[in-house]
Amino acid sequence: MSWPILSVLTWLPILGGVAVMALGEQRASLARMASLVISVAALAVAVLLYMGFDSSTAAMQFEELNPWIATFNINYHLGVDGFSVPLILLTAFFGPLVVLAAWEVIQKNVHQYMAAFLVMEGLMVGMFCALDGLLFYVFFEAMLIPMFLVIGMWGGPNRVYATIKFFLYTFLGSVFMLIGLIYLYNVSGTWSILEWHEFPLGMSVQKWLFLGFFAAFAVKIPMWPVHTWLPDAHVEAPTGGSVILAAIMLKIGGYGFIRFSLPITPDAAAALDGFVIALSLVAVVYIGFVALVQQDMKKLIAYSSISHMGFVTLGLFIAFGIFQNGDNATGAAMGVEGAMVQMISHGFVSGALFLCVGVLYDRLHSRQIADYGGVANTMPWFATFAVLFFMANSGLPGTSGFVGEFMVILAAFQANFWYAFLAGLTLILGAAYSLWLVKRVIFGDIGNDNVAKLKDINGREAFVLGVIAVMVLLVGLWPQPLVEMMHASVEQLLAHIQQSKLL
Amino acid sequence: MSLTTTLILIPLLPLLAAIVAGLLHKQVGRAGAHWVTILGVGASCVLSLWVLYQQMYEGLGTQDITIYNWMISDGIRFQVGFLVDHLTSLMMVVVTSVSLMVHIYTIGYMAEDPGYQRFFSYIALFTFSMLMLVMANNFMQLFFGWEAVGLVSYLLIGFWFKRESAIFANLKAFLVNRVGDFGFLLGIAAVVYAFGSLDYADVFGRAGELEGKTFSIIPGLDWQLATVICICLFIGAMGKSAQAPLHVWLPDSMEGPTPISALIHAATMVTAGIFMVARMSPLFELSDMALTFVMLIGVFTALAMGLIGIVQNDIKRVIAYSTLSQLGYMTVALGVSAYSAAIFHLMTHAFFKALLFLGAGSVIIALHHQQDMRYMGGLRKHMPITWLTAWLGTLALVGFPFFSGFFSKDAIIEAVALSNRTGSEIAYWGVVLGVLVTSFYSFRLLYLAFHGSPRYTVDAGAGHHPPDGVLQHEPHESPAVVTVPLILLAIPSVIIGYFTIEPVLFGGWLSDAIHVAPQNDVVAELGTHFHGPMAMGTHALVTVPFWLMVAGFVIATLVYRFRPALADYAAMKLPVLHRLLENKYYFDEFYQSAFVRRSIQLGNGLWKKADAGFIDGWLVNGSARLMGNLAARIREWQSGYLYHYAFAMILGLIGMLTIWVIRS
Repeated sequence: MSWPILSVLTWLPILGGVAVMALGEQRASLARMASLVISVAALAVAVLLYMGFDSSTAAMQFEELNPWIATFNINYHLGVDGFSVPLILLTAFFGPLVVLAAWEVIQKNVHQYMAAFLVMEGLMVGMFCALDGLLFYVFFEAMLIPMFLVIGMWGGPNRVYATIKFFLYTFLGSVFMLIGLIYLYNVSGTWSILEWHEFPLGMSVQKWLFLGFFAAFAVKIPMWPVHTWLPDAHVEAPTGGSVILAAIMLKIGGYGFIRFSLPITPDAAAALDGFVIALSLVAVVYIGFVALVQQDMKKLIAYSSISHMGFVTLGLFIAFGIFQNGDNATGAAMGVEGAMVQMISHGFVSGALFLCVGVLYDRLHSRQIADYGGVANTMPWFATFAVLFFMANSGLPGTSGFVGEFMVILAAFQANFWYAFLAGLTLILGAAYSLWLVKRVIFGDIGNDNVAKLKDINGREAFVLGVIAVMVLLVGLWPQPLVEMMHASVEQLLAHIQQSKLL
Repeated sequence: MSLTTTLILIPLLPLLAAIVAGLLHKQVGRAGAHWVTILGVGASCVLSLWVLYQQMYEGLGTQDITIYNWMISDGIRFQVGFLVDHLTSLMMVVVTSVSLMVHIYTIGYMAEDPGYQRFFSYIALFTFSMLMLVMANNFMQLFFGWEAVGLVSYLLIGFWFKRESAIFANLKAFLVNRVGDFGFLLGIAAVVYAFGSLDYADVFGRAGELEGKTFSIIPGLDWQLATVICICLFIGAMGKSAQAPLHVWLPDSMEGPTPISALIHAATMVTAGIFMVARMSPLFELSDMALTFVMLIGVFTALAMGLIGIVQNDIKRVIAYSTLSQLGYMTVALGVSAYSAAIFHLMTHAFFKALLFLGAGSVIIALHHQQDMRYMGGLRKHMPITWLTAWLGTLALVGFPFFSGFFSKDAIIEAVALSNRTGSEIAYWGVVLGVLVTSFYSFRLLYLAFHGSPRYTVDAGAGHHPPDGVLQHEPHESPAVVTVPLILLAIPSVIIGYFTIEPVLFGGWLSDAIHVAPQNDVVAELGTHFHGPMAMGTHALVTVPFWLMVAGFVIATLVYRFRPALADYAAMKLPVLHRLLENKYYFDEFYQSAFVRRSIQLGNGLWKKADAGFIDGWLVNGSARLMGNLAARIREWQSGYLYHYAFAMILGLIGMLTIWVIRS
């Protein structure tokens, strides 16, 4: 393709956002419509990207390389492979949905709200495309700003605490990454991530770099024990903010491990895999128990997200244990692919769950489980969707939630029985916290007068939940197209991390 | 129509029917919903019969067909496909035919329910899921079907979702099943570990590779790999087939409407575990230890759960405990390698237990949803068809000679007697005593429900929700949509054992699916003593189980027909035993305190103490506070007084000078 498709995907929403901003407060309905058109256009471009993407090669595709700050050898370098394309598609998929979800709900400063989301979308896509370390860092940090504003301006009563916590937490982590990036530039003379992949490094340097990257990505995913910003941020964020936070932003941590930690510091990753796996399993089990006792629906889903993201880090880091089984050992690729599938699926499912809570919140202005009960009586269609998504959240086969967990558990068993055992507990815990919530909120006799007055979802809400439901089922019933996209890249990554790059 | 198309249509038609009845419930209406699902399941039943016929008479061989590749990862093919051998086609016919009967019956049973279309949608969806389970040719699809039937079971137990007890029961059922599935999933992972494949054909073909391989779960403690795989898989079966100690969900599942108790919680879904172990026989045969475990779990369930059935007053719960006990029988059969006997009992049980449940449902509608047998009695006069079919079902259940249950249960008992497995003597006495227990609670049910004089009163002015034991009008026989399925199920309950024992057990009908090691093959040994069903039936008159069955009948007759006070007297004289049975051995209480309450305590502790207290309170906000305090201190130094700054400058100067002097 001759046109710079990745730049279009990145800058179309950003510039579009600026344009929407310029519409001003008075032209709210125009701002909504314009945002919808822009995000749908971005989605269309993303679909073109998918159709043009060649899954048979691990090489970077649609590359764009232009000098940016020549003095420091910094380039505007974009490109995608099997890891980034699925995440870009996910990002573009949610673009129109958050616009639609906010359609009637956001009444104040519509143009700013829409602009923030469009800019955020562009920044996230840019980050997934960036092949230059500094460019990546700029996107990585810049997207904090619109999210900070979204939570701070449209958030709940405790939003100031949540925004500052969110910002400082993630910023503190990424400062360590910045130091790592600058160090890498100093020793290698380049900002190119791909060249860094090949750049040999000593073990202690690798370990420091690994920990620097780890600080940034572990906060983002988030891993235990640096997860406590997430529940607060979710609770205070407006629905759209929660959706983007859960569906896309958490994935950046997982993507970071794939793009930086594993290939740049493979020997350190191999040495510290036990540490990461231990934290992942703590996330799955410990956080599962914490999710069980939450009273606030959003908090429950937030904790459930942390638990599910534990599968991502687990899937990525069990590879080293499997390599020790011998040359023809299976499972390493399944673990990494499982981690990727888990990220995509968690995007759909957690996004949908936050939208479901948003539907209820818009009506009763409460997120407390105790304020509901018997919603199925008055909102049967909503109940149908909610049960589907909570079932997907508890990993029911036939939904996308099953695929990633299944792959990671199968792979984990190849590394160590106990990894699989502890990870498998999610089958029980995930079902327990998801379905206990369903029991208390959806089922039962009508809980109170407010519930009795609830109106079922309207066409707009049904459309938003419906398209996600289709994706959840599609990935659950036929994950092959998704997995196929990443085969070549996964193979290359695994071959790469098996080679020591010690000096 | 090609064979592949036929096989695809068998599960697909019920699925499509479920989608139409569920999503288009407004458009198709009530009649539309039952017609579309009955047609879908009916067609599926006819096609299943056709496949069975082809295999029986036209020599159609085993079909192993891939429909599509679900996913390929790491060189392992995850596929959706069908393995149709004799075991599968038998299961397909059982599932679709019982399902069809239940569909028809539901028209009558749910006639006044506002969730009519939803119910039909669910039971058609169940049929699809169950067919996917039994037709699978690989472990992934098996797990899909396994969980999908669990989902539908969850939805149906909680069908009346306004009832607190129903939504408690469905959550409990799902979670207890998930405990089993947890083991099952580890078992599947172990299969991948051992074989690098999920295909049945591949795995079973190379099952021998497991021999001699060990696996250390705890370093230093080596297990046979085959044992690890089989016990993990069997834990899954314990969940789904409600074997102790994972049985606790099944009695509570009676909260669901009666048709699904018949279809899901008696005839089909709960037998999935039995089917699965039979399907995995090439693996189980490699581990004596796993089989012994299976046998002991089975015999405990068979006897202990039957005993609880004696003290239940809810008509459905009596049958539910009976189901647990019968599932225990099947499990014992699996444990002694008599897989075909287990499948044979599964089949006969599906018919007579569905019949008994539907009969109970017929009684329940006649009494306006009264399920307590203390308010029944004398229904024989009012509901002759229900009464007669219930008798036939009971005779099959207790194993009266020539009834279907007789052949299958006797085969299991004889197989246990012939087995050399460690502990098979205990198992033998367990299953033999179980006959007495079964007979006693079954006839107790018949007497309490249908015989004697009524223990309810009729009061036309009692209002819409009369108290227990009061009816607005005399009970009457159920409509034809209810009684016709009863009659149709009564036929196989009576005769199917007589006609099928020879091919299923001794004619090698299942030998293409079930693999038994020669030293374990008790069914083959049984075959050497077998001289036709007629001889087997007449020979029964001189066996212990027959007379135990008669004894159960006599005791039940004595107590419940002639001396009702005896039951209370016995309860009074044996208070410990009675309390133990009434409280179902305290399994529920134990789980509630050991797992449910502990989990919530643990969750609260981790959340409030570790998350909010330590990480947030101490580390996060603590470091923020530290910074704040530090900044406050430093701020004090910037006092704005000139002499403070001058003093500091002098101190600094002196300090620097000192260093300079010392250095030089």
